[in-house]
Amino acid sequence: MATAAPTTPAPGTGNASTRALLTTADTRRRLTDRAMTVVVSLAFAIALVPLISLAWTVVSNGIGRLSPYFLTVSMRGVFGGMDAGGIYHAIVGTVLVTGAAAVISVPIGIMAAVYLVEYGRGPLARAVTFFVDVMTGIPSIVAGLFAYALFAVFFGPGVRFGLVGAVALSVLMIPVVVRSCEEMLRLVPNELREASYALGVPKWLTVVKVVLRTAVGGIVTGVMLAVARVIGETAPLLVTVGVIDSINTNVFEGRMMTLPVYVFRQYAQGLVPCTEGATDCIATVNIDRAWAAALTLILIVMALNLLARLVARWFAPKAGH
Amino acid sequence: MSSSTPRLVRTAQSDPVPPAADRADPTGPADAAGPTTPRTTPNENGDPGRTGTRARPDVAGRLFAMTATGAGATILVVLAAVAVFLVLRAWPAMTASAEELSEGIQWFPEGQTLLGFVGPLIFGTVLAAVIALVIAVPLAVGIALFTSHYAPRRIASGLGYVVDLLAAIPSVVYGLWGVVWLAPRLYPVWTWLADNLGWIPLFAGPASQPPRTVMTVGVVLAVMILPIITAVSREVFLQTPRLHEEAALALGATRWEMVRMAVLPFGRSGLISASMLGLGRALGETMAVLMILSPGFTYAFELLQAGRHQTIAANIANQFPEANPLGVSTLIATGLALFVITLAVNMAARWVVSRRKDFSGAN
Repeated sequence: MATAAPTTPAPGTGNASTRALLTTADTRRRLTDRAMTVVVSLAFAIALVPLISLAWTVVSNGIGRLSPYFLTVSMRGVFGGMDAGGIYHAIVGTVLVTGAAAVISVPIGIMAAVYLVEYGRGPLARAVTFFVDVMTGIPSIVAGLFAYALFAVFFGPGVRFGLVGAVALSVLMIPVVVRSCEEMLRLVPNELREASYALGVPKWLTVVKVVLRTAVGGIVTGVMLAVARVIGETAPLLVTVGVIDSINTNVFEGRMMTLPVYVFRQYAQGLVPCTEGATDCIATVNIDRAWAAALTLILIVMALNLLARLVARWFAPKAGH
Repeated sequence: MSSSTPRLVRTAQSDPVPPAADRADPTGPADAAGPTTPRTTPNENGDPGRTGTRARPDVAGRLFAMTATGAGATILVVLAAVAVFLVLRAWPAMTASAEELSEGIQWFPEGQTLLGFVGPLIFGTVLAAVIALVIAVPLAVGIALFTSHYAPRRIASGLGYVVDLLAAIPSVVYGLWGVVWLAPRLYPVWTWLADNLGWIPLFAGPASQPPRTVMTVGVVLAVMILPIITAVSREVFLQTPRLHEEAALALGATRWEMVRMAVLPFGRSGLISASMLGLGRALGETMAVLMILSPGFTYAFELLQAGRHQTIAANIANQFPEANPLGVSTLIATGLALFVITLAVNMAARWVVSRRKDFSGAN
């Protein structure tokens, strides 16, 4: 690389200049180095722009309408530019649909991870590993279409209820759960398994009582991160669960509102045409509600993320033994 | 091992021996890599306290192994089911004639075949994703290098977490932010591009106002795929053999030269697969596109003009709620096309990753 620098110092030159020659690059190379340091740091700074602006926009636009009232009422009977309405029905829907998705995907995900770590050998295990990775790349809307197509076979076209959305979310959630659980199970030291076998415990009991129990912290973290990932999914729920203005707590029947879909729906309704001088009509009420719901959604996602990291930290010393 | 392990337990239970004799043996099954262990130690695990309930652990163990294997197989089944059910529901549209389609579906362009309808959508989808990739990859490489080789080590992982936060934000919020905050701020940039670089067909003016264009969508998608590209390339960069880096430094390379000569060549294939993963994400992204883009169904390269492009995913989300059965079938057919494209991209990316494992024998 050193095109300009002579490879051997002339005999008799001072020790200091030899040292300088050996330890510093020539000006052009040094400047390139500096410039690239600036460019690389700048790239990081640029990445912070959307993050900060996004956080600021959502908080400043959403905080105005976010109140206990907003969190505890539904949109039933709310129309026009009324200064009313909230997201209770959407929160209920999100919790139920995401919960159902977790109920479906967590057992499958954990058992698949157990299979990969403890039992899996040969072509099937290789195929599962490969396709878990591929499955993480399924577009969310395709997962929604799949769930719709699956249930439409049994319930006819136009099927929309909570469980369909839960199945769609499971398709997205299972690979995430498998990935994180697999990583956690691999972290369990082999000595623990060996000690258990040495005590005469059969393999399956070792897995249940030793391996899974040791990794429980990591598994909980992984599941929470997976939930945080799917809780914000909009597109699959738009095509499978639909929209509704009132509270529905039955995942097996009827449309449900969910928080991300609520955000989209309120945004899509746009400005309200208010008559001149109307006191009880706010033109931007729909957008305001969208921002407030978006803020709630982000807070939930961030809380889940934070909680997951805390759980990971609480359990971390155990895994480190 | 999956089949040999239950056998191991069964033989152990049916042939109990004094436990003292096999104290050393039970380490065998834990060394899962050694395939010979069950054969050589057939009479281990004699549980002296439970010899009365011989048959039960056998059944339980076998059941457990089968459940685990079943869960693993479920993943393959689900993936196959996605393909099968999509084809099943898309079939009516795929077999319908052009007249049937344009008569049966209100929004279907007159006199088009299904392929003629999907074509512009695929074009728009790929175009938006490619724009996102062109913007995101250099930025992601910079960020990944910053967190892996430039930032002080103590804060590096914290900085990485900050970028990961971008991945946690729901896409619908990105859409809202893109429309309300970003688009108005990008408009001057797009006008400038159209005025000064308008001779390049891509930037031909006039720039639309409001800028609900594929270019704006590309920027938002770039922000959305930034975390995954950054995360994967950071991991790869961190795996660069220390000896390579130190050798470069010892030869008098500056930090940038070290990065260029040791880190980037080592991470190239990882970077390619990271980009393809990002591409897969960008192809399937729905909400941000749906909320920002003003749709149109043409093969237009004018990135700054609204009403020219539409992506498959956004089109589905837009039309699905009010579509009739044939319309739903058509939309599912387009979804099938999207599924095939993303599957191909993702499989290629994973293939590059897995091939890379052989390469990294360098360390």
